Amino acid sequence: MDYFFNEEQQMVKDLVRQIAQDKVIPVRAELDEREEFPHEIIKVLAQSDLFGLFIPEEYGGLGKGAVELCIAVEELSRACLGVSTSYAANALGTYPLLLFGSKEQKERYLPDIASGRRLVAFGLTEANAGSDAAGIQTTAVKDGDDYRLNGTKQWITNGSEAEIYTIVAITDKSKGARGASAFILEKDTEGFTFGKKEKKMGIRASVTCELVFNNCRVPKDNLLSREGMGFIVAMKTLDQSRIGVGSQGVGVAQGAFEEALNFARHRVQFERPIIGFQAIQHMLADMAIQIEAARALVYSVARYMDSGAKEITKDSAIAKTFATDVAMKVTTDAVQIMGGSGYMREYPVEKMMRDAKILQIYEGTNQIQRNVICQSLIKEAARQGTKK
Amino acid sequence: MKIVVCIKQVPDTTEVKINPQTNTLIRDGVPSIINPYDLHAIEAALDIKEMMDASVTVLTMGPPQAENALRDAAAMGADDVALLTDKVFAGSDSWATAYALSCAIKKVGYDLIICGKQAIDGDTGQVGPAVAEFLNIPHVSYVSKFSSLNGDAITVRRLMDDGYDIVEVSLPALITVVRELNQPRLPSLKGKIRAKKIEIKRLNHTDINVPPKNVGVEGSPTQVKNIFAPAVKKDRRMLEGTADHQVEELIEALRCIRCI
Ligand SMILES: Cc1cc2nc3c(=O)[nH]c(=O)nc-3n(C[C@H](O)[C@H](O)[C@H](O)COP(=O)(O)OP(=O)(O)OC[C@H]3O[C@@H](n4cnc5c(N)ncnc54)[C@H](O)[C@@H]3O)c2cc1C
Ligand SMILES: Cc1cc2nc3c(=O)[nH]c(=O)nc-3n(C[C@H](O)[C@H](O)[C@H](O)COP(=O)(O)OP(=O)(O)OC[C@H]3O[C@@H](n4cnc5c(N)ncnc54)[C@H](O)[C@@H]3O)c2cc1C
Repeated sequence: MDYFFNEEQQMVKDLVRQIAQDKVIPVRAELDEREEFPHEIIKVLAQSDLFGLFIPEEYGGLGKGAVELCIAVEELSRACLGVSTSYAANALGTYPLLLFGSKEQKERYLPDIASGRRLVAFGLTEANAGSDAAGIQTTAVKDGDDYRLNGTKQWITNGSEAEIYTIVAITDKSKGARGASAFILEKDTEGFTFGKKEKKMGIRASVTCELVFNNCRVPKDNLLSREGMGFIVAMKTLDQSRIGVGSQGVGVAQGAFEEALNFARHRVQFERPIIGFQAIQHMLADMAIQIEAARALVYSVARYMDSGAKEITKDSAIAKTFATDVAMKVTTDAVQIMGGSGYMREYPVEKMMRDAKILQIYEGTNQIQRNVICQSLIKEAARQGTKK
Repeated sequence: MKIVVCIKQVPDTTEVKINPQTNTLIRDGVPSIINPYDLHAIEAALDIKEMMDASVTVLTMGPPQAENALRDAAAMGADDVALLTDKVFAGSDSWATAYALSCAIKKVGYDLIICGKQAIDGDTGQVGPAVAEFLNIPHVSYVSKFSSLNGDAITVRRLMDDGYDIVEVSLPALITVVRELNQPRLPSLKGKIRAKKIEIKRLNHTDINVPPKNVGVEGSPTQVKNIFAPAVKKDRRMLEGTADHQVEELIEALRCIRCI
C-alpha cells in the first residue's frame, strides 16, 4: 500500500528504518535481557534530529506533525517497542508544554528538548489513580513564589532518565477534578527523588519509575496554563499522543509479521515449507489484513489531526484501540506460526508478544478507550437528536 | 581550518565482477554507495569541525551519478560538496585520478586532506598518497587515531601490521584513515533536507586547468594485466640489537637467500 507520504515524510521513514536496522535491532535482545535503558540509541536519535520532529522550527525543531511522528514511532517499534516507548514518552511529556506552555516557558525548554539534550517524562498516574486519574493525591500548595509538591507518582516512563517532567498535582482539593494543575519540574530540584524502578514483562529497554516529591519546591513560573487546568492539560495531551501508541501497534505487528513470514517460508515439516499449509497461509493473510487496516486508520487519523481538527478524542481512541488490539493478536499469532522457535528468546517474536501487551494498557486501557468512544457516540447522538 | 575529504562512489558489493576481456570492473546493475572507508574520512572531518573552527568540503571524481554520494555526505554534515566530472576523465587510473583530484583540491583550497585507506572496488590504496605527492605535501596513511590537533600540526596514530606509529605531521598534510578511527554518524533529518537542495559544484577539466592528455585513458600509465589476491607470506624475522648489528645481520640474511 502507498500512503502517499511526501518527500520529507519518506526521508523520515528511510532514516528511522536505517537507525532501527543499524543501531536498534543488533542490541534489542540484550537491552531486553539486561533491562537496560538505550542511552546510545537515544544519542543517535538526538543527532539525527528526531527529538525535534514535532517541535516548531522557531524552537529549533522541524515543525512536523502527527504523521511524521507516527512514521518515526512505527519504524522504531518495528525493531523494538522498548526503544520506541522511551522515544514516544518524550513526546508525551512535551505536549503539555507545546499545547499550554507560555512563550517564555517554550523558549526555556523546547530548544533543549528538540536537540535531544534533555529528555522528558509525563507524570500523571499514582498508586490509587490509574484509569481514574481524577483520584490523584499528589498536592501542590502555594507558598510565596513557589509551590510545594508532596506525593508519589507511579510507573512513569523515562523517570530518572528524563531531565524535564510534566506533573499533574492537586492545587485545590475542594474543587475535585477542577482542582488539579500541571507543572514543569526539573531533575535535581530539591525534594524530588526517584523511588522504585519497576521490573516489567516487556518493553524492558524503557525505564518505568516512581517519582517522589517531599516538600519539593517548584517556582510559580513553572505552572502550565492556569491553576485548575491540570486535567484539561492531561486530557488534551493524551488526545495528541494516543495516536503514537496506535503507530507503535502497527510497527510491532509489522515486525512480528515479517519474522513469521520469513520463518514460514524456510521451516520445513512434512517435506515442505510450512507456508505451503493453508492454515498458515490464512493466518498470515489475516495478519496482513489487520496490519494494513490498522495502518490505514492510524495515518488517516494522524492526517486528520494535522489538518487542524479540534475534536480528535474519539478518532484517536478508535485508532489506538484497533491498532493495539491488532498488535496483540498479530504478535501472538507470529509466535504460533513459529512454534517452539517463536517461544524461544533466540527469535525476536516472544519479546514482541511480551512488549505488545503494554499497548493495550498504557495511555488509557483499551477498556477506557471504549468508554471514551461511546461517550462521544452518545454526545453525537444527542446532538443529532436535538437537530431532529 | 579548511578540510577536504575525497570520497569515491563504489558498487555496493565486496564481490565486484571483472570483465575478463577488458580486465575492467563491471559496474552495471550494482547499487552505488560511498566507499565505506570514506565514511570514516567524512566522520573524521566532521569530528574536527565540532572541536574547532573548520569547514568541510567533500570532493569526488566520477560520473554525474556520483552526485548521490555527495548528497549523502552533505546529509551527514559536509558544508560544501564538489563533483569533478568530465568525459575526458573516463578511464583514469589511480595516477590520473590522483592528478585530477590534486588539481581540483588546489582550486578549492586546503589545510588538511582526508582520504579512505583504499577503495573497496579498486583496492589500490594509491590515490591518497599520490594526491599528496602531486601537491608536494606530507602524508600519513592508515590513521587509526587523532592524538592532537592545532592549526599548524596534527599528531596521529598510524596502524602498522604489528603495532602502531605515533606521527606528528605539519599542515598542510594528507591522511588516509582506517575503520578503527571512528564510528561514522548516520545522516540527520535536517542534513537530509538540506542535502536535497544543496548546490553541487561541478568542475570539468578546464575549471581545474588540466590538459585532457594528462587524464583519462591517455593520461593513465597503468595497464592492468591480471588481477589476483597476493599470497600472504607469514615468515617474518624481526632483527634486534644496535643499528650496526642489525645491518650486519640483514646483509648476512640477504646473502643467504642470494638477494645480494
Ligand atoms: C509500563 C508502563 C508505563 C507507564 N508510563 C506512564 C507514564 O509515563 N506516565 C503516566 O502518567 N502513567 C504511566 N503509566 C500508567 C498507565 O497509564 C496506567 O497503568 C493505565 O492508565 C491504567 O491504570 P492502572 O494500571 O492503574 O489500571 P486500573 O485503572 O487499575 O485498571 C485495571 C483494570 O480495570 C479496567 N477498568 C478500570 N476502570 C474501568 C472502567 N471504568 N470501565 C471498564 N474497565 C475499567 C482497566 O481497563 C483494567 O483492565 C504506565 C504504565 C505502565 C504499565
Ligand atoms: C580491476 C580493475 C580494473 C581497472 N581498470 C582500469 C582501466 O581499465 N583503466 C584505468 O585507467 N584504470 C583502471 N583501474 C583503476 C581505477 O581507475 C581506480 O579504481 C581508480 O583510479 C581509483 O583507485 P582505487 O579505486 O584503487 O582507489 P584507492 O587508491 O584505493 O582509494 C583510496 C582513497 O582515495 C580516494 N579516492 C579514490 N578514488 C577517488 C575518486 N574518484 N574521487 C575522489 N576520491 C577518490 C578515496 O578517499 C579513497 O578512499 C582499474 C582498477 C581495477 C581494480
